[in-house]
Amino acid sequence: MNNAIEISVKDLDLWFGKFQALKKISIDIPKNKVTALIGPSGCGKSTFIKTLDRMNDLVDNVKITGEVVYQGRNILDSDTDVVELRKQIGMVFQKPNPFPKSIFDNVAYGPRVHGVRKKANLNEVVERSLKAAALWEEVKDRLNESALRLSGGQQQRLCIARLLAVEPEVLLMDEPASALDPIATSKIEDLIYELKKDYTIVIVTHNMQQAARVSSNTAFFYLGELVEFASTIDLFERPRDKRTEDYVTGKFG
Amino acid sequence: MAAKRSEMVPMGLLWGAGIATLVILIVILAYILSKGLPLISWHFLTTNPGVRGQAGTGIYSTILATVAVTGVALLVAAPLSVGGAIYLNEYTRENLLRKVIRQAAEILAGIPSIIIGLFGFLFFVIYLLPYTGGWSVLSGGLTLAFMVLPISLRISEEALKAVPGELREGSLGLGATKWQSITTVVLPTALPGIVTGLILGMGRAIGETAAILLTAGGALGVIHSLRDPACPMTLYLYNILTEYNDTTTAYGTAAVLIIAILAITFVTDWLMNSYTKKLKGL
Repeated sequence: MNNAIEISVKDLDLWFGKFQALKKISIDIPKNKVTALIGPSGCGKSTFIKTLDRMNDLVDNVKITGEVVYQGRNILDSDTDVVELRKQIGMVFQKPNPFPKSIFDNVAYGPRVHGVRKKANLNEVVERSLKAAALWEEVKDRLNESALRLSGGQQQRLCIARLLAVEPEVLLMDEPASALDPIATSKIEDLIYELKKDYTIVIVTHNMQQAARVSSNTAFFYLGELVEFASTIDLFERPRDKRTEDYVTGKFG
Repeated sequence: MAAKRSEMVPMGLLWGAGIATLVILIVILAYILSKGLPLISWHFLTTNPGVRGQAGTGIYSTILATVAVTGVALLVAAPLSVGGAIYLNEYTRENLLRKVIRQAAEILAGIPSIIIGLFGFLFFVIYLLPYTGGWSVLSGGLTLAFMVLPISLRISEEALKAVPGELREGSLGLGATKWQSITTVVLPTALPGIVTGLILGMGRAIGETAAILLTAGGALGVIHSLRDPACPMTLYLYNILTEYNDTTTAYGTAAVLIIAILAITFVTDWLMNSYTKKLKGL
């Protein structure tokens, strides 16, 4: 078994003003696997995932201490090139957020802002990314239509395609299926299953079945703490912590 | 029945209040247009005003002056207001500076135009005379810019605020820089609102008289440079009424002004509607 570490987090504390949202989080996120983050609402899992590509920078009054080591450096350092970082660690958001542009322009957006201009290259990237996101067959004849005309599930797969087009190493997914119907959800899950061959994926979900279906490892967050991190099977079937057990058996949520 | 009647009275009054706005607008438009439209002809639009308001002449140079003065105002105010709005909304967090600037814009918008005109007169016409040429298109336009600026700034800021945060996150999340996100995602999405703000500001500039009276000079000749004195339509209307009691030409000029403003409003509305539709993929 390959135990390479993609991102290593050590003693991560995060405050919103006076409220401490993350407490001494330490976790090693394995490479080319799906890591699921579960826990009740407000437990800090979304906040945590946003720390991994510095998206919390956009929030007022945040204070973060500790280490998030990726490719040998602490990305929390103030001299980190966040633009470069976000090319390598991409995020899929809870609500699909396609740009009000055509399907093609959505997928080509990343390559374009990174300087790809040649139409042939863009065509190739767009086709490859849409295929990888399992959307190509549905949209190949209407690439110039507005992305806003797609269904919610298609929009979310488009957002994933848009991300794949910048060729990241890590995909962060913040409850990517929570706004979708069951059929669209299962398509996203199939897609995650495919993508984990090539990418390290961290997925936040409050759906435990989803965590069980797609992930190799699962972390349970509660009240800003990382209570338990184990292989998904162990965490669900042999939880070591009482709080984890209560949560996965549905005693609270 | 009594209960019903007590309901009918306030409703009727409120209906009347609502309808009053419409009636007032229609009466004004109908009155001015019915008096003014017959006067409008190719000759009226392309002939210069005569000396001392003599009959049978046109308003060509005053149309030109309105376009020039408004153009200067927009050229100055548009980058300042849109740039300022971008700075406020995208680069600062909700803090004291932002509140102060927003409050300042509101106060600026509320200052009576004659006072803005007074400042324009003292600053542009007198103090900066070597540069502005004194009473001139430039002095008038720059003064009007002060009046366009706060309107356009506030509306642009609202338009930017209405762009969903998810779009910015989406763009930044793909490794776009902040500036790239603003130019390629935020601004195109906010464009209809920004243009609306500029058009409202432009309407203000076209219609302004008091500030123009003190800064543009009022000369009726065709302008050849920005440093020439000029007489925009509003000022011409005022002058011929107060000095020559020439109501006929005044109605004609008023009709042209009204048609210009209506046309600008409708064309922009139409353009922005179709742009929004395209954005939404309808």
